Amino acid sequence: MSEQITMRIDGQVCTAKEGQTIIEVAQANGRYIPSLCHMPGLSADGCCRLCLVEVTGLNRLLPACTTPVRNGMSVVTDSERLNQNRLMALELLFSERNHICAVCVSNGHCELQGLAQQLGLTHIHFTYNYPKLPVDVSHPRFVLDHNRCILCARCVRVCDEVEGAHVWDIAGRGINSMLVSDLQRPWGESQSCTSCGKCVQVCPTGALVEKGHAVEEMTKRNAVVTQLAIKRGTHP
Amino acid sequence: MKKARVATMWLDACSGCHMSFLDIDEALLDVAPKIDLVYGPLVDAQEFPDDVDVCIIEGAIGNQDDVERVKRARERSRILVALGDCATTGNVPSMRNPIPVKTILERVYIEGAEGQKVIPTQGVPALMRHARPLHELVKIDLHVPGCPPPAPAILYVVSELLAGRIPDLKSKVRFG
Repeated sequence: MSEQITMRIDGQVCTAKEGQTIIEVAQANGRYIPSLCHMPGLSADGCCRLCLVEVTGLNRLLPACTTPVRNGMSVVTDSERLNQNRLMALELLFSERNHICAVCVSNGHCELQGLAQQLGLTHIHFTYNYPKLPVDVSHPRFVLDHNRCILCARCVRVCDEVEGAHVWDIAGRGINSMLVSDLQRPWGESQSCTSCGKCVQVCPTGALVEKGHAVEEMTKRNAVVTQLAIKRGTHP
Repeated sequence: MKKARVATMWLDACSGCHMSFLDIDEALLDVAPKIDLVYGPLVDAQEFPDDVDVCIIEGAIGNQDDVERVKRARERSRILVALGDCATTGNVPSMRNPIPVKTILERVYIEGAEGQKVIPTQGVPALMRHARPLHELVKIDLHVPGCPPPAPAILYVVSELLAGRIPDLKSKVRFG
């Protein structure tokens, strides 16, 4: 039997089980921590850096999605320092690729756009990168638009952990990182893809979408993936 | 009460933000007596005047002419407002940015043209390498994103500015 832990989140006393992460305990106790790569039902990745929190006694910030709770831990989820860090992480995501919300099929349903609104982001302080990126339309039902990808790797994890196909991977390093299917073959030629569409449903932006949608028409049902993980017992 | 001297400007954009401004409908009747519209696509003035209280700019900086106009607006206005996604992020005009200017002009005026295949150079300002948001060139006092920003948000912004306050737009507007 797992051990009970007592900790504080923003001063509120919370009980948790050993092995839970800060973001899981926060959500169970009604505390909201912004995140983009985290998805209940999938393993933690810690790559988007939106969920950074302050842990008392530590100078550096820790990602709430990958940090396990400890007995007596005290966590701060909302402060000026955290807000500055989150805005910076968001602005870097916006400036890295070509996110043109106005012409995106996911306009109005996008988690990146939603977080920007929620955190009050009205412009990007960094100079935009304007990379020339391809759009893969080779799959009969789906589209991969690299311009809108934030490399959160939700698609990589859901395909590997829930569907069991492992079509997706991230190739390259740093700013040259790219989402690839089947070791860099066009998605439509993938031997391993089952066309289940789970990657599309968990994608937080308009990077992975169904064909045949106009601007603002692509809505996603990512709760399905969490429910699947719970039914299969892979999610606590 | 002294009327506020207001200018508007239309750069690299579709004029949708100006349309959205007009969409405040009957509230225009409340706003109109409080302002002197001294410059913009809605009035005849040819030269950007001096001593402007608020200049509201729609559009990205896409060509050499835009650069000059934005600099002039900054010099002669107390408050500069970037209205809409093109002004705040570059938006649709910036979709050309990954492609070199020469390639685009050849695609449109040579490959895409029927009849005379000439890239125009006379009477049109030269395109900048990138279409950029305003704050990359001059200091902007207020960013109002949206494509276009909804009419109620524009009315809120204008009302607050006329009352002498810089509006707090947190969560009231979004990109796209």
